[in-house]
Amino acid sequence: MAARLGFPWAAGALLLLLLTAMLTAAGMGFMNIPVQSVAKAVGSRCFPSLGAGLDSAVVAVVLDVRLPRIVAAVLVGGMLAVCGTVFQAILLNPLADPYTLGVSSGAAFGASLAIVLQVAGLALPQSVSVPIFAFIGSIAALMAVLTLAAGDRRLSSSSLILSGVIVAAILSAAIGFLKFLADEQVSIIIFWLMGSLSSASRQDLLLLAPAAAAGSAICLLFSRDLNIMAAGERAAASLGVNTARLRWTLLLTCSLMTALCVAVSGIIGFVGLVAPHLLRHLAGPDNRRLIVLSFLGGGLLLLCADTLTRAVLPAEVPIGVLTSLIGGPFFACIFKRRQQDNGGF
Amino acid sequence: MAASDLLWQLEDVSLARSSRSVLDAISLTIRPGRWCGILGPNGSGKTTLLDLLCGLLEPDSGTLTYRGQPLRQWSRRQLARRVALVPQDFALRFDFSVREAVEMGRHPHLGRLASMTAQDYALADAVMTEMGVAGLAERPVTQLSGGEKQRVAAARALVQEPEALLLDEATSNLDIRHSLAILSLLRRRVDEQGLTVVAALHDLNLAGLFCDELLFLKHGQVVCCGETEAVLRPEVIHEVYGVQAQVRQDAFTGCLQVSCKMGNGEV
Repeated sequence: MAARLGFPWAAGALLLLLLTAMLTAAGMGFMNIPVQSVAKAVGSRCFPSLGAGLDSAVVAVVLDVRLPRIVAAVLVGGMLAVCGTVFQAILLNPLADPYTLGVSSGAAFGASLAIVLQVAGLALPQSVSVPIFAFIGSIAALMAVLTLAAGDRRLSSSSLILSGVIVAAILSAAIGFLKFLADEQVSIIIFWLMGSLSSASRQDLLLLAPAAAAGSAICLLFSRDLNIMAAGERAAASLGVNTARLRWTLLLTCSLMTALCVAVSGIIGFVGLVAPHLLRHLAGPDNRRLIVLSFLGGGLLLLCADTLTRAVLPAEVPIGVLTSLIGGPFFACIFKRRQQDNGGF
Repeated sequence: MAASDLLWQLEDVSLARSSRSVLDAISLTIRPGRWCGILGPNGSGKTTLLDLLCGLLEPDSGTLTYRGQPLRQWSRRQLARRVALVPQDFALRFDFSVREAVEMGRHPHLGRLASMTAQDYALADAVMTEMGVAGLAERPVTQLSGGEKQRVAAARALVQEPEALLLDEATSNLDIRHSLAILSLLRRRVDEQGLTVVAALHDLNLAGLFCDELLFLKHGQVVCCGETEAVLRPEVIHEVYGVQAQVRQDAFTGCLQVSCKMGNGEV
């Protein structure tokens, strides 16, 4: 096994990298802005004197157009990665991700329904109805999964995963039917399903930021219990962990965080799977550290992907496609390497 | 002896799962500072009984108290400060180091926001040394051998500073040397520090070597219960396991030892 990085070093390096990436990304795009100007524009919010001599268009582009999307990318990526960490630890499954409990299928169904209802004459604008329906859909799917799994009083990981699979299968058939009904509008559904941060606004940040802070704090508060879950149900209980209550608390917290992310950005795969995985490999499995590192790493990963599609590629590719196209093969490489390392996963 | 001086008291405890009775009218008292062995064939309810004792299951009927107080009134955390469990197969899902795994034993003693103090670290180090795993401290537990894993499991349980230790066939997958090593270390704790051990066992000879008293279970019922010298007898072994047995006072170990064979026409 590779030597583990010290936590302060790893966290410091990631934070520095993330801030640099945010400043750099704010300068990239159709209008190229040097980093100094970006920094001045950001600083001018607090100290108006810094903004002197800057083109007001530059300030507007940085602060009103690019930064909300950049911050949204970091928050969404961070939250998805934290949720991935928690889901993997709770379900004792390194392949679990924030969507394991059907949150994404529910959201997809909700969004598709909103788009179809639009065709049928729903009066709300799409930018409002789709996120709301997606959020409601994901919560409903989560409730269905938890109700289905709750017959097992210990809420074991296998009954949770199985319930997730059942609900997702039913929903995916329903989504297929909605696509069929949507007729010419089907491309809107497909685009939404592939995820995008292009519509992220300041209002979204007002939702995302408190959710990210509160949700991550709750996960951190229970991180030592989460470590002990790795010992399995029985051993964890004998070490004083109330396993069923822990599962309920953290699954609900993370699913709400995920549902919020989905409502803002559509379905973005692989960030919640890859970031915790990579960081666990580098910094060890202790969730007290991993949750912090995952937030920073996930945010960085999604920001890079979003900047790539926004400012580098000639046309905007849906970000969910990009994360999976890059993340997938990358993940395949880690998987092969680890198989060779210790003959298992 | 006052009720709060006794550890577990079971009266008429029964438990059924999917309408099949797993434990049937068990009455039992476990006193501190003793090593109690639970013996019985596969499926006789040994593990279920241990699950009851550490509060993972609740009885359908009967009363179950710990230190004179109904077990259900103990929170998981409170109980974990007094009772620790060593499972048959120690496993951790992720690559935690041996040190991290052993330190998990301090969990019930730490507040939610607190972290380990110098005392906690010193205790973990001392126990790792006692169990002979100090040299493995930085190794990932997933790479340990079976014997090493069970030592880590025992170390984690002792770091909990329990007054009672439950062993669920904790050494049945180990070779005789590793089994004896772990059990002897625990026996010393019983003799010198008054630890209480309740151990589900398969091996009658290990039971003869280590246990002060024995409880024989069959089909969820107590067949026989008492001091090892009094109850480790051929008739009891025949009734519980359906094999012919000879029990002798062994000069080499100084304990009761058992030889078994299938009786004629009993295969």
